[in-house]
Amino acid sequence: MNRVWKFGADVDTDQIVPGRYAPYMRPDADVGEAAFIEARPEFAKNARPGDVIVALENFGCGSSREYAVEALKRRKVGAIIALSFARIFYRNALNLGIPLFESPEIVEALQDGDEVTLDIPNRRVQCGEQVYLLPELPVFAQEILKAGGIVPYVRAYGRFPGEE
Amino acid sequence: MGQTLSEKILSQHAGRTVNAGEFVVVEPDVVMSHDSLTPGIIKILRQELEMEKVRYPERLVFVFDHVAPASTVGTADSQNLARRFAQEQNIRLFDVGRGICHQVLVEERIAGPGKIVIGSDSHSTGYGSVGAFGTGMGSTDVALVWATGRTWLRVPETYRVVVEGRFPSGVDAKDLALKLCREITIDGANYMAVEYHGLDWMPLNGRQTLASMAVEMGAKAGIVPPTGLPGDQFPAPDWLTLDTDARYTQSLTVDLTRLEPQVSMPHAVDHVVDLSGVAGTRVDVVFLGTCTNGRYEDMKTAAGLLAGKRIAKNVRLIVTPASSRELSRAAADGTLAILLEAGATLTTPGCGMCMGRHQGTLGDGDVCLSTANRNFKGRMGSPNAQIYLASPAVAAATALTGAITDPRAC
Repeated sequence: MNRVWKFGADVDTDQIVPGRYAPYMRPDADVGEAAFIEARPEFAKNARPGDVIVALENFGCGSSREYAVEALKRRKVGAIIALSFARIFYRNALNLGIPLFESPEIVEALQDGDEVTLDIPNRRVQCGEQVYLLPELPVFAQEILKAGGIVPYVRAYGRFPGEE
Repeated sequence: MGQTLSEKILSQHAGRTVNAGEFVVVEPDVVMSHDSLTPGIIKILRQELEMEKVRYPERLVFVFDHVAPASTVGTADSQNLARRFAQEQNIRLFDVGRGICHQVLVEERIAGPGKIVIGSDSHSTGYGSVGAFGTGMGSTDVALVWATGRTWLRVPETYRVVVEGRFPSGVDAKDLALKLCREITIDGANYMAVEYHGLDWMPLNGRQTLASMAVEMGAKAGIVPPTGLPGDQFPAPDWLTLDTDARYTQSLTVDLTRLEPQVSMPHAVDHVVDLSGVAGTRVDVVFLGTCTNGRYEDMKTAAGLLAGKRIAKNVRLIVTPASSRELSRAAADGTLAILLEAGATLTTPGCGMCMGRHQGTLGDGDVCLSTANRNFKGRMGSPNAQIYLASPAVAAATALTGAITDPRAC
């Protein structure tokens, strides 16, 4: 079982990892420990591998800093389910292999602190008796996630998704 | 069927006609990265891609602006690593003090009409000020462009902004940029390109202010048609023209003659009101700078209000020119002297205090009025600081009184 961490709308990447906690500024620190360090300190302290982030619109807006995604990856976030994502964040998350879904139904249903079971291969998330179907991702996104990220994808196939 | 500017630029680079919604793989003309992320991108190239050489070193540009000059041993070591890499691979590098990446690439005419410019920075939309398709990407995407010379893009839909009239006195491009954030909202142009029409008369600096803030509405690119820019400096390809039958997903018309000074309130860029709604709010720090508003014209506007006066006793006014060239221009005609005599503190050209790392980091309880582009909680330092965004004229008027002030009343 994993915990749901629910957030509101327009969570910017400064909230996920403030610029002052960038690897550039703290080369010896684990950026994973800085995940939501100021916006949600209990996440920084207590998030466990496989936990699920649920958010309203425009998750990850603002700075292009990939280390915001890197921090969530190091915390082994199982999936991010939101109403919508900011474009650079969406791209960065796929590139690093974090599954992310847009689902109004699941966002409405899941509340902060809910215990859930996540089953990515079967696109399911279970909360109590209720089972929700995660939406199907675009083909290019599926391919990148299946490879484990864009670097393993390009190394395996020698091309970008969709490229001849 | 006509095409938008993004569709034209991406079609040219893809070698086939593409329209919104299609995926393309293209070779960007320019790949910019700054000191904050370049060391990490080098690491991805070497450790994850297991490559040593970049594919096209002549297309890469490094600019050191985010922590410039270095403030810690770690940042100094990282910069040295990137300097060595640039030297070994013959990559152009603009070192500390030269200025903000988005300003320098425009000044050096590296960004130009019809080009695709990828930057390791979300404000890379600013290259649209000279008719380029500029967009920000994360470190892994940039590393892949270094390695392969290519990247993938989804051709964006386009949000058309039609501007009518001219600015009244005391109102400028920043007020328009904030007004657009207010109307379109923080994600209203997510995944789209914004095209700004009706601005053939607008000088380059205003276009840079607008395009840099396209990302604050979620946009992938923000393009001002290059018409009206000096053609000898920014030669536009003949295909880069507006089609009357291009397909725009959304459209917004703004009448400048009725525009009031705008202020964005903590802690969201689209949390914008007319200045009258926040007039009198006490301020501790005024910041004049960034890729959005750190140019000569911005300093000149501030100097016009500050000439012969002193800033309020309890206010720090921090001026960070966008580039060494802009600093020289301000020094040459006395603009800089006016700012200094009024009590301004001058810092090294670069990003300055914009992301809270150095040269004026905010503390608990500080209230800052900034000409920058972001006011997220904790952006400039303490999460318990408050950041308001406004134009250079509002910044100068506010520095004089110590409270948010309408420049038209000065």
